[in-house]
Amino acid sequence: MNIWWIMGLGGVLTFGMRMSFIYLFGRFEIPATVKRALRFVPPAVLSALIAPALFLPNNSLDLRFSNFRLVAGVVAILVAWRTKNTLLTILAGMTALLILMLAANHL
Amino acid sequence: MGQKLKNFRAGVRAESPLLIGVFPFGLIYGALALGAGLAPAPAQMMSSIVFAGSSQFVAVQLLHESAPGLVIVLTIAVVNLRHMLYSASIAPYVEHLPARWKTLLAYLLTDEAYAASILQYEKEGVTPTGHWFFFGAGLALWITWQVSSALGIFLGAAIPSSWPLDFAVPATFIALVIPVLKDKPIVAAAVSAGVVALLAYNLPFKLGLILAALVGIFVGMVLENRA
Repeated sequence: MNIWWIMGLGGVLTFGMRMSFIYLFGRFEIPATVKRALRFVPPAVLSALIAPALFLPNNSLDLRFSNFRLVAGVVAILVAWRTKNTLLTILAGMTALLILMLAANHL
Repeated sequence: MGQKLKNFRAGVRAESPLLIGVFPFGLIYGALALGAGLAPAPAQMMSSIVFAGSSQFVAVQLLHESAPGLVIVLTIAVVNLRHMLYSASIAPYVEHLPARWKTLLAYLLTDEAYAASILQYEKEGVTPTGHWFFFGAGLALWITWQVSSALGIFLGAAIPSSWPLDFAVPATFIALVIPVLKDKPIVAAAVSAGVVALLAYNLPFKLGLILAALVGIFVGMVLENRA
């Protein structure tokens, strides 16, 4: 599928969901089960994206200290947990990874 | 006109603190889209066609990993599911508006525009020009997102390709996930989804991602029922 199709379909679906209940108001109620499920969507999807990026740097499990992405990820998790600040978390994770790579001459 | 403009301005004002957080996010998106191999034109157009930050990050990441188009589209939809909740919550306040207003406001219904507008609606109720507040908040966010994406695309071209710019994506996701991990079911949902994502990583078509998300949601709901 080409990039324009992906964006077009993704855009139509996103707009459709934003429009859904504004359009359907009074004609349909969200089922309670769906409402309850929605709260788990962001943590589930995002964690499913985070875990491989940290633990599988070369498509195989790497728990060594030389897996800089895992180390930098742990730094970001700690900063996110202590500060709850989005920008600070991103900066801390990126800086940690850059420093580790510079120190190991990987840049 | 006076009252409309007043409401519009109040919407822009209410939105402005949120814009401070959105701007760097847009910068990172733009730089990252280029890093993932997108050309500047589609990278910028994604910000107006999809116009939903986290799903754009996810799409860029999956494009970078050459995931199949259908999986990317499906993932964008799943990440944006929460907008249905916003739609349901704001629907009673825009019910009286003509279709063109509903269409415009639905397009502008992002996390941040919703956050500012619903507070206003809950405080003021439905007023004859209240939708101009929503429009002001939504448009302020739209412009910020387009400008910051464009700037990110522009700056992204200047960053050396050996830099691990792609790590900004998991770092951003960490920043979004950790603060919402407030109770046991939600922690269990996140952890189980992460573990399944690792175990199922080699499934074809990136289906491991969808499977992991479904398991996480299921685990969260089961634990919540027990509590």
